[in-house]
Amino acid sequence: MLQPPQLDSDLQHAVEDAAAHLYVWALKDIPQDLRDALADARLRETSIPGKRVLETIHRNINVADSEKNLVCQDTGIAVYHAKVGEHFPLHPARIYDALRAGTARATIEHPLRSNAVHTLTRENTGPNIGYRLPIVHWEFVEDWDGLDVKCVPKGSGSENMSFLKMLNPADGVKGIKQFVLESIVGAGGKPCPPGIVGVGIGGSADYAMALAKDAIMRPIGTRNPDPIVAELEDELYRLLNETGIGPMGLGGDVTVLQCHIEHADTHMTLNPVAVNYQCWAARRASAHIAADGSIDYDNKV
Amino acid sequence: MAVHEVTFPITDEQEILKLRAGDEVVVQGHIIGIRDRTQIRIFDQGVEPPMDLRGAFLLHTAPGVRKLESGKYEKVCIGTTTSARMVRFTEPLGAQYGVRAICGKGGFPDEAIEPMRKLGMVYFAIVGGAAALETTQIEEIEEVLWEELMPECLWKFRVKDFGPLTVGIDAHGNSLYHDVQARAQEKLKELYARL
Repeated sequence: MLQPPQLDSDLQHAVEDAAAHLYVWALKDIPQDLRDALADARLRETSIPGKRVLETIHRNINVADSEKNLVCQDTGIAVYHAKVGEHFPLHPARIYDALRAGTARATIEHPLRSNAVHTLTRENTGPNIGYRLPIVHWEFVEDWDGLDVKCVPKGSGSENMSFLKMLNPADGVKGIKQFVLESIVGAGGKPCPPGIVGVGIGGSADYAMALAKDAIMRPIGTRNPDPIVAELEDELYRLLNETGIGPMGLGGDVTVLQCHIEHADTHMTLNPVAVNYQCWAARRASAHIAADGSIDYDNKV
Repeated sequence: MAVHEVTFPITDEQEILKLRAGDEVVVQGHIIGIRDRTQIRIFDQGVEPPMDLRGAFLLHTAPGVRKLESGKYEKVCIGTTTSARMVRFTEPLGAQYGVRAICGKGGFPDEAIEPMRKLGMVYFAIVGGAAALETTQIEEIEEVLWEELMPECLWKFRVKDFGPLTVGIDAHGNSLYHDVQARAQEKLKELYARL
């Protein structure tokens, strides 16, 4: 059983505090952009089972608020996005230890269900920590001394509905659209629709999937800054909602709340497309940590 | 689409036969929590379940709980997992143990339709992820057997107004999942032609 790492500076303790708080906060209090999108879906849906599902989701969010309970029992795999300023006075190796310690502390203190197992023996490896767990997506920023940490506990029902295809360049954008559509229709009710469809395009096989995960971490309402990609986001959103899969796959008008795409330039002979699904309980919480260790919690990003 | 209230375990088969795909159901009485490892032990390792499953309602779950000093378990957060992984246990659950209802999220593939029709079983769709609400509908964890499989033990819960559930597959050969998928595949052809 892995023990949480020892921390040795005030700043490292601040990052640990932030991680511990963010993990529990994300699991209990879903962000406003998601609440708004689910409320809108509830108004739009016309199928009877679909309305029943969205009404139940609405009741569930209210119960989680009033009982201070978790929205969903699946505490997920802890995934963080760390945006590190080049002048932030703590090395990423130390930031990682702090995120790991915070994840373990939240799991033990709350207590949260621990999901981490060795991938072959399936034995539990620790309080939601393990070899290479939690997972951190890193981003580095020039001329800045802050740290932004976002926690996205990722449930397995939706993560199991991840798909990768190495298309040919000749398959073009049409091939990308077809693959996203067939993936979401094939997934049916398993990933707990309506959620956020994350699509990663370009780069390499591994990078496309990492980009798809970055895409599901974005708040609903954000768009890819490249207008050509943003247009594809809008088109896929409309097409996916024409499939009729509906809430929990029981049939209806609302299959996805949003489609987000992240892209990278790629090799001239590559056309990778990755799909990563985020369930309706798209949990996410963020904090900004200043160089002096002060923490500002804000789940808007 | 009708609305029903059913108390489990059932003794009268009509309680199941009256349910039609798409109907809304609220459940009272006792339900049994079960998951991958529980069913692997029963069917792949051949260990008899230490609980009577006749007429039972099984829930695909691995609850978050707290163990009290008395040895009893207190609920923390109880939700439902994806059913499709466990579809192959449908027929033996019905044929060998008399299970009448399986409840989970995301649905069962078409291979569950025939055993459910033949054995008079239904699949109930719950709203995946709606665990906060589900937890309030579980009044008490009455029994925990096979504790060494924690959290994939055999759980006996007493429930009140458990739901609303949707009949996803009924005992007459109808499956909402089959119908939604068939329509979506037709729709995809139309959408691809437009791309």
